[in-house]
Parts: sequence; C-alpha cells; structure tokens
Amino acid sequence: MEFTFFLAGIIALATTLRVITCANPVHALLYLIMSMLALAVDFYALGAAFAATLEVVVYAGAIMVLFLFVVMMLNLNNETVAREKSWMRPQLWTGPSIAAGLLLLAMIWALVTGSPASGRIVGTELSANEVGMALFGPYVVVVELSAFLLLAALAVAAHIGREDRDLAAEGAEHGERVTNHPGDH
Amino acid sequence: MMEFTDADVLGIVGTAVKTIVILLGAVIMAALMIPIERRLLGLWQDRYGPNRVGPFGSLQVAADMIKIFFKEDWIPPFADKFIFVVAPAIIMLTSLLAFAVIPFSPTWTIANLNVGVLFLLAMSSLGVYSVIFAGWASDNKYALLGAMRTAAQMISYEVFMGLSLLGVVLLAGSFNLGDIVESQRGMWNVIPQFPAFVIFFIAGCAEIHRAPFDLPEAEQELTAGYHTEYSGMKFGMFFVGEYLGIVLISCLVTVLFFGGWLGPVLPGFVWFFLKAFFFMCFFILLRAATVRPRYDQLMAFGWKVLLPIALLNVAITGAIVVAQS
Repeated sequence: MEFTFFLAGIIALATTLRVITCANPVHALLYLIMSMLALAVDFYALGAAFAATLEVVVYAGAIMVLFLFVVMMLNLNNETVAREKSWMRPQLWTGPSIAAGLLLLAMIWALVTGSPASGRIVGTELSANEVGMALFGPYVVVVELSAFLLLAALAVAAHIGREDRDLAAEGAEHGERVTNHPGDH
Repeated sequence: MMEFTDADVLGIVGTAVKTIVILLGAVIMAALMIPIERRLLGLWQDRYGPNRVGPFGSLQVAADMIKIFFKEDWIPPFADKFIFVVAPAIIMLTSLLAFAVIPFSPTWTIANLNVGVLFLLAMSSLGVYSVIFAGWASDNKYALLGAMRTAAQMISYEVFMGLSLLGVVLLAGSFNLGDIVESQRGMWNVIPQFPAFVIFFIAGCAEIHRAPFDLPEAEQELTAGYHTEYSGMKFGMFFVGEYLGIVLISCLVTVLFFGGWLGPVLPGFVWFFLKAFFFMCFFILLRAATVRPRYDQLMAFGWKVLLPIALLNVAITGAIVVAQS
C-alpha cells in the first residue's frame, strides 16, 4: 500500500506540474483530471475508500466536466496556445519556482528527520458508516454551514438564470431589443 | 516484503480467470446485442430486419465486424490527434471497469468493494469524458454541439441516478452490491422502491444516451453528433461502447431492483442472465416505441419531475427505515 501511495503521489505531483506548464487549456484540464484520479488512489491507499470514490464522482466526474464545458465554449485555437506560451517567460516563473522549491525541500526535510508518523500506510478501510457518524457527530456544524453555502449558491443561480418577462415586455414597449435568454443577463 | 502462500497465488489466478471470462462475456454480449436489436426492431416495426447472412441473419454481426475492421481508420488533419484517439478508449474502459463490482452469482464478483454503488457512479461519470473529448477533438460544429448536449444531459441525469440509488442503499444498509442482493431475499426492491426503479431506468437510459434520449446524436439535427468524424474501428468502439452501456444498465437494474441471482430452482447465474436479458430487450422496445423529446423538454423533465420524486423517495424511505429500527 505504501508503494501505491507514493507512486500515485508522484503521478499527482507530475500531472499537476503539467497543468501549469501546458499551453493548450484542454490538455491542461486532462492533466488536472489525471491528478485528481491519482489523488483518489492516494485516498484509497490511506483506507478512505469512501472519500476516494467521492473524489472521482464529484471532482473528476462533475466539476471538471463543467470546467471543460466552459473551456470548450471559449473557442480556443492555435493563437491562444501561442499567447499562453508567450506568458511562460522564464523571468516570470523562476522566482516563484525557487521559493516553492525551497518550501518543498523544507517539507521533505521535516518528513525525513521528524518523528515517524504514528501509523504506517496500510490501507485499513474506513467504512462509509464511520464517515457518516463523524460528519453528523463532531463535524455537524461544518456540514450545516456548507449546506447554507450551497443553498445560497442555488438561490443566486436561480435568480441569475430566471426569465425576466416584465423586463422583456418593458423593452418591447420602448422599441428596444431585450433578449430574455437566461445566459444573457 | 510480503510472503505469498499457495492459497494467495490460487486466489490471484482464480480472480484473473474470472476477470477474463466476465470481460469477454460482456463484450460478446454487447456485440450480440447488435443483431438482436436489428431483428427485434424489425419484428416490432413489422418488417424482416437483416436475414441474409447465416441462419436467421445470425451471422450479420460477424459480417459487420469484418467490414469495420477493414475500413480506413482516418483521423482528420484538423483534429487534436491525441485526444481524438483517446476518446473512444475511455468509454470502453469505464464501461468494462464498472463490470468489476457487479455480483453475477454469490461467488462470481471480481472486486467485492464496500463502496460498490459509488464506484459504479464514479465510472459512469468518467464515461462523460469520452463523448466530450470526442466532440471537442473532432473540431467539427455538429460534433461539438452533440458533445455540449451530452455534457449537460449526462451531468443532470447522474444526479437523479445517484438519488434514486440512495433508497436502495438505505434499505440494504450498505453500498456493497452483494449485500444489496442479499437484502432482497424476502422481497425484491422493485416493490418498495418502485419510483426509484423508474427513475433509475430513465436516468440510465439518458446516461448511455439511448433512444429516446439520444439527443447527442440526433441525426436530423446533428448528423451523427459527437462521432461524426470517426470511422473504422474507432467508430466501432463507440458503437460497442453504447451496447456495453445497455448490458451494464440491465445488469444494474437486475442487481439493484430485481434480486440479482436470487430465484428458485435454476442456478443463480441463469436467473441473473434471464433478468438482465429481459431488460436489454426492454431497451430495444423503448427505441422502437418512443419518440425523441426536444432538448429543453428533456432538461425540464429531469429537473422538474424526476428530481422532486427522487428527493421525496429518499426522504420517505429514510423516515420508514428510522421508524422501523
């Protein structure tokens, strides 16, 4: 399980790096999806099978599809790729890269020299029951707060996407062309 | 290092053999669905259907296969080559992976996952990429429009599919598909969970974009939709992938709502096959009997009819389960 964990971790790091360096947005998204699948494998290796499948269902399977949906709508072509490439000038990325590299070294140093973690990665499975008990036990406030957030998002989406019949009628009176397509507001 | 005993090795070999048998069985069944569909469609539409190759046209699929293997496999010069090639493989991969968690009989399950139901949902949601990538990489307006429709349709119907499964999970008290089958010993889930069954079947139909939900490839509007630019065996993979989807959804309906391998007298896998085959034929009857809705009707039906019913079903089932415990 440890081997699986570290292999998936390396894949996740490498693909995430490619997400940033890839000039073609759709290819970058493909790498992001792969990075999420690798993360799901990591969760699985840690014994969180429930979290692993949810990572695939929610992040890789739904949120990334919406990302892709938007990127496809943008009508990207070779010009975009060239512009993306021009933004990847060395003077822009060397500074942040050195800083991030130092942080990475510090973290690896801490992991290597620090006290060994209490549990080895053995993949003892945590059941969905236990996850549910934890969510609605000690973490119930967080669950309720995220429910508020989602409800607010839903209300906003419904408000933005509503068909504004009054506005359309008013516009017609003044001889203006007012579209009432949901996306145009 | 881990020590391997003889029993371990036997177990691994046994699982490998089972895997190969199930994968081959699924693909062969999917291929056989093609002539079965054409003959049954012919029957229901009052015509003969293909009846020239072999006895009763049974070798038609062999002829089609030979034809498709010898066709030119052409990649358009304006396509994004890598994604264009990867797309058809994704649909085959995700459909075949989903078969890993299906219990065909008490002893025939490849991966007895405790999160089996979620694994199935994960695979079906990854399957969306196949169609979207195909549509985008083709760099063709019809293909892109088809891919857009698919993305919206599949993401929406996945929600209802997942919600309809929650009732079944609540009754069984487990995400494990084997446990779900065992929990149906007294009564098949289709009776207490009838609304969930209907929603799951409709959502499954939309998920594999079969008629009447084949808007992504509505030929009058979009030529062939997302696979307009595909030819040869790459098109063949989309084609077989669609039939794999039918076999998969039929197996799932059998496992989740019709007691899987449970049944009197006959051995378990025979019952499983009979039940699943009934639903495969039902998919074909649906195609013969229904008309395609408009796209906005499809979305409105999903969000305004299926979603409230699915939510009510979960709430009521939950209340009953809590009251009984």
